[in-house]
Amino acid sequence: MASLEVSRSPRRSRRELEVRSPRQNKYSVLLPTYNERENLPLIVWLLVKSFSESGINYEIIIIDDGSPDGTRDVAEQLEKIYGSDRILLRPREKKLGLGTAYIHGMKHATGNYIIIMDADLSHHVSANLFYRKQKEGNFDIVSGTRYKGNGGVYGWDLKRKIISRGANFLTQILLRPGASDLTGSFRLYRKEVLEKLIEKCVSKGYVFQMEMIVRARQLNYTIGEVPISFVDRVYGESKLGGNEIVSFLKGLLTLFATT
Amino acid sequence: SGPRGEGETWGRVTMTKLAQWLWGLAILGSTWVALTTGALGLELPLSCQEVLWPLPAYLLVSAGCYALGTVGYRVATFHDCEDAARELQSQIQEARADLARRGLRF
Repeated sequence: MASLEVSRSPRRSRRELEVRSPRQNKYSVLLPTYNERENLPLIVWLLVKSFSESGINYEIIIIDDGSPDGTRDVAEQLEKIYGSDRILLRPREKKLGLGTAYIHGMKHATGNYIIIMDADLSHHVSANLFYRKQKEGNFDIVSGTRYKGNGGVYGWDLKRKIISRGANFLTQILLRPGASDLTGSFRLYRKEVLEKLIEKCVSKGYVFQMEMIVRARQLNYTIGEVPISFVDRVYGESKLGGNEIVSFLKGLLTLFATT
Repeated sequence: SGPRGEGETWGRVTMTKLAQWLWGLAILGSTWVALTTGALGLELPLSCQEVLWPLPAYLLVSAGCYALGTVGYRVATFHDCEDAARELQSQIQEARADLARRGLRF
């Protein structure tokens, strides 16, 4: 046992020292937004409700990239309503990448766990499930999955389902990532794990989300999964066109060849 | 060379997935070639040879069928979350009402 555990024990004992009592855990939600004036109040309300009901210590960091539709104005109103200790506004001037949004958000995060999710109400699940799952297995990362358990989608036609499952199948075969859903973006990370992963990842956009899980596996981080429901865009349209497919394939092949 | 087996993986060589595939294919491929061309000086019975020769083609077709079957099954069983959608709608109503009460101007 000793010789097998040599490579893991330094991190494990360090982690054991970091276990805090539930009262001391704080969850920082990073919400990058761009033109989410309609959805932002709703997602914040849902998060506040879910966290308050469970007595979890939390903060919501809104990273708006200079949205022209007045998202920032709505964010400021939310800050007034819920308090600036719960709603943190950390906007940026213009639309920069998702990865940099997370880095920017994390600089201001005071929690020891980070939750990342989309602000467009597409992920419907209680954040509490993530918190509980993490506790259950003391995971480094908890990832939402549409493909397992009672996870699923709503409002998808057959074509979209086929493309999604086909792409995921290919991803599983090529990357063997140890997580069933790589392109979902509802996740919980320990803060230091997220910092380390962002440092190592080089891709852009949602391929970046995929790369994070792949690198996490390489670094031997533990990943738990929670089924989530992906409800297709209550407000607004999301498309899955030829361009998206091509760029997904390019990203997948790049990860295949470099990780 | 680029980032390899990270800090705490001690003594383990990390190959990229592509390298693993190429390596695996090379091993299987060279074994197949060696056996079918008798390069190792092994004389296999004819029945073995007859199976061995088209084996790569069979495997490819089987893999294709497996892929189609698996993806087809997964599409068919892809869960449609009616409940989640309905719950979301009612939560949105509740949220809008509550936020309006607290002074949010939409």
